[in-house]
Amino acid sequence: MENLEPLANEAKAAIAAAEDGATLEQLRVDYLGKKGQITALLKGLGQLSAEERPAAGAQINVVKQELQELISARKNALESAAVQTKLAAETIDVTLPGRDKSTGGIHPVTRTMERMEDFFAAIGFEVVEGPEIEDDYHNFEALNIPAHHPARAMHDTFYVDEHTVLRTHTSPVQVRVMESQAPPLRIICPGRVYRCDSDLTHTPMFHQVEGLLIDEHSSFADLKGLIEDFLRAFFERELEVRFRPSYFPFTEPSAEVDIQCVNCGGEGCRVCSHTGWLEVMGCGMVHPRVFEYSNIDTEKYSGFAFGMGVERLAMLRYGVNDLRLFFDNDLRFLEQF
Amino acid sequence: MNISERWLREWVSPELSTEELAHQITMAGLEVDAIDPVAGAFSGVVVAQIISAEQHPDADKLRVCQVHTGSETVQIVCGAPNARAGLKAPLAVVGAVLPGDFKIKQAKLRGVESRGMLCAEQELGLSDASDGLMELPADAPVGTDIRDYLVLDDKVIEIGLTPNRADCLGIAGIAREVGLLNKLPVNELHYDKVGESIADTFPVELQAADRCPRYVGRIIKGVDVSRPSPLWLQEKLRRCGIRSIDAVVDVTNYLLLELGQPMHAFDYDKLQGGIVVRNASAGESLELLDGQTVELQADTLVIADGSGPVAMAGIMGGQPTAVGEGTRNIFLEAAFFTPDLLAGKARAYGLHTDSSHRFERGVDFQLQVTAMERASQLLLDIVGGEAGPIIEVVSAQDLPARPAVKLRSARIEKLLGFGMDGSEVERILSGLGLGVSATADGWTCAVPSWRFDIAIEADLLEELARVYGYNRLPVTHIRADLVIPAREETSLSVRALRRHLAARDYREAITYSFVEPGLQRVFDPELEPVALSNPISADMAVMRTSLLPGLLGAVLRNTKRQQPRVRLFETGLRFVPGADGLQQISTLALVMTGGRGEESWAGGAEAADFFDLKGDLQGLLQLTRAPGEFAFEPGSRPGLHPGQTANITRQGQVVGYLGALHPSVTAELGLAAPLYACEIDLGAVLQSQLPAFAEISKFPEVRRDLAVVVDKSVPAAELMANVRTVAGTYLTDLRLFDVYEGKGIDPKRKSLALGLTFRDQSRTLGDEDVNKAMGQVVDLLEKNYKAELRN
Repeated sequence: MENLEPLANEAKAAIAAAEDGATLEQLRVDYLGKKGQITALLKGLGQLSAEERPAAGAQINVVKQELQELISARKNALESAAVQTKLAAETIDVTLPGRDKSTGGIHPVTRTMERMEDFFAAIGFEVVEGPEIEDDYHNFEALNIPAHHPARAMHDTFYVDEHTVLRTHTSPVQVRVMESQAPPLRIICPGRVYRCDSDLTHTPMFHQVEGLLIDEHSSFADLKGLIEDFLRAFFERELEVRFRPSYFPFTEPSAEVDIQCVNCGGEGCRVCSHTGWLEVMGCGMVHPRVFEYSNIDTEKYSGFAFGMGVERLAMLRYGVNDLRLFFDNDLRFLEQF
Repeated sequence: MNISERWLREWVSPELSTEELAHQITMAGLEVDAIDPVAGAFSGVVVAQIISAEQHPDADKLRVCQVHTGSETVQIVCGAPNARAGLKAPLAVVGAVLPGDFKIKQAKLRGVESRGMLCAEQELGLSDASDGLMELPADAPVGTDIRDYLVLDDKVIEIGLTPNRADCLGIAGIAREVGLLNKLPVNELHYDKVGESIADTFPVELQAADRCPRYVGRIIKGVDVSRPSPLWLQEKLRRCGIRSIDAVVDVTNYLLLELGQPMHAFDYDKLQGGIVVRNASAGESLELLDGQTVELQADTLVIADGSGPVAMAGIMGGQPTAVGEGTRNIFLEAAFFTPDLLAGKARAYGLHTDSSHRFERGVDFQLQVTAMERASQLLLDIVGGEAGPIIEVVSAQDLPARPAVKLRSARIEKLLGFGMDGSEVERILSGLGLGVSATADGWTCAVPSWRFDIAIEADLLEELARVYGYNRLPVTHIRADLVIPAREETSLSVRALRRHLAARDYREAITYSFVEPGLQRVFDPELEPVALSNPISADMAVMRTSLLPGLLGAVLRNTKRQQPRVRLFETGLRFVPGADGLQQISTLALVMTGGRGEESWAGGAEAADFFDLKGDLQGLLQLTRAPGEFAFEPGSRPGLHPGQTANITRQGQVVGYLGALHPSVTAELGLAAPLYACEIDLGAVLQSQLPAFAEISKFPEVRRDLAVVVDKSVPAAELMANVRTVAGTYLTDLRLFDVYEGKGIDPKRKSLALGLTFRDQSRTLGDEDVNKAMGQVVDLLEKNYKAELRN
């Protein structure tokens, strides 16, 4: 028994020095295996007296237990180190950009138009579209703008022939809806419109969103409420809104709508020509003659219509300072939206 | 319309600042566009008289003038051609400050002392005229400050009138509005009727009485047109934007501005026979006041005399009968022309005059005699002469009808959203000149002759709302029945497509619907596009038959700005003429050029090709849930690469194309890299299918791969379709996972590697099931495509 302690120490040192699983396994076999040195000591207990045997056996078993634990611990440590080494080798630079990360985008005019549609769709307006090459009747006549009416000069119309024009507003879509559907109606007509005008602040094509509501009890007060709500929702601001008498042949009373300048808050700046106000849309109660063209009973029904330039509102909303950028399609512009 | 504030205040003068007044009328519907001072900011300028003007010793164009300033005589060197002894003109004395903060100092001009500056109108900010010194009247008091003398403490108010408010095309009409808005009385027009000192009259015949229901004329003999208009008159005209010509013309213009009545003066001695108001006859022509001679159209109303047309009625007078220096006797005209029948006539000749502007919108048809009296008085005061009796010819039945308009108080409440007090209704309407009488349910209103825009109840509601104040009207929220609308689940929205394309790295573009005809012809040579009769420019002359030309323009602008990688899409109408008429087809187009991806450490900079665009399009078509209904068939189109173009079909109908731009077009446009484009009818893409559940198999799948060598000309899609047909019902997936051409393969042939997946709903498939199917596939490939199996 006198050699138990040196044997134990030798084994412990060997386990601690082992660098891989195979060495450890060999050490286990050498010391604790069937023919191992510790096992041999246990086998040699028989030669001891009955009095010495229990104590000696206990001592050897303690060492055996201890070595088993050391082997197991060393094995775990080696495995863990191997995993760590592997993980370390697999480390990547997570700050590198991902693959194919670029995405495109929606044109600011579309973005603005969709936002406008959403506000009105949320309160039951249907989005309707129509032709852009339009006949004189739907673009003018049915909107109470007869031939040679001075209001036609306000429109700078593109003509295809004597009776065919590029629509100057999306109002003809409203006429087409009134012709085919009975009130009550709540519609929004977005789309391209054309005016024969091109300079710093006009492009020959632009976009409008027009709306029409017809029912048995709509009033100018309702129109005011709707427009105010819309403009405040659009700009996400409690801005001042004012209604100014104006003239459109298809509405009466007619109004231009001004908002407090969104750039200067009404103080006066370059954007609002130092007036503190920005003209943003036109609106009014549908003219009885427009109803008559579409055979809508003017005693039973009343309604209102409104229209706005999408580019104008997009410019104000996003601070775009040149209208022509919208149709230049420079990626450096488009990428900003 | 530009008006002088002082002139307006002669009629009615509320205690409001200019800005407050402008705001007030703006909010009543007379929109003020600008307020400008009637002169520039200057000081130290007095009325002065040139005593002598001598040639400058050292400068041809300069004169040395002795000028009396009222308190002293100073020497001024002056370059104006009209500097002459006796002339009264504005003088900026030493110490004066002219517009632009220009200080006048004592100076030497070419060695001669000059103590001040004689001024032209332009130098004082009075007008643009700079052709000489401003000539002041002979009675101008020397030494008076010019600001006081010209009463320059005044503003020009520029009002942008809407076409319905013809009644405000004169000071009197605006005064009516201002009076009502401020609850102030408006001064009446005061004038003394001139006596009829001669009996001369001139025959007037209305042959086109429907177009000219009232014609008022008067002969004034013995006028002296050399006498200038008085300064106050010239200044009023100037402030309203009209230049003084001579006293006769000035007076007619004065009436135009004051009452809104256009007038015309003829040289009576040049008229023959009598006045006939009639339509022009074919072949007649007229030399107009502006010098041009026009061939008259038969529907043009003319004022004619015995020799032919002498004026284009309501638009412009003729040159041969115009008042000029030698005129001694005049025939003055004040007429009413029916707006509807005059509308558009001036424009047909490319003309637009102050007169036609008013007649087209409507001149008060009861005003002509008043205007004639007023003009006669002014004229006789200025140019003297003797007036004959007023000649008035009227066709009463052709004058505009003014039926009374009913107004129901219930309608006010319904349409304006509140019940307006009855006395307020009456105050407003009568203030506008309407005759208001109460009825059981409201009022009956007689409409004055100056309002052409009040014929129905809604017109009265507008007047009430406008004068009461739009911003004082109540604000409410709309109420409606909430009904769930129909929504087709199988209709895709354009929005969904846009979002999908944006997520696939396309930017939405919006290009003009009109394009340059030449570029469009490259792609659609067979189509005659819709052309505009008045295009804005030659490169925007025809309506697009394809979205491609517009998008190409956008691509080119970007590549020229160092953006080599461009991926754009656009949705919109294209305009396709055809046998059944014009079709306006909602279309989606995509273009791609440059790198496959953004240049990156991970690659992606390699050039995109046909299959990048095709893949993106096929990805989009997945949204229809029926991608199998679409097919890409080899095709050809003008402007596209003949070997890289496909027609896109849905269920056999061609709905679009996909292809590479033809290399020669690419080169001609100056594109550095190939460009791929596709266009597809939106209608074909927006129709999707309702999802329908199919049982999911619990049994394992079996995959077999097969590589075959076939001729290069064999279209993969066709081969795969046939494989699918013979592979039996267990085939659940067929994919082409490799295409190889090159080393080890006959150069005329290609290797296709197919992966076939089999599975059954009710049992695990055995080898014999799969082998049988594969046998059929191999048979087909060998028989139909002379395929060799690889391995």
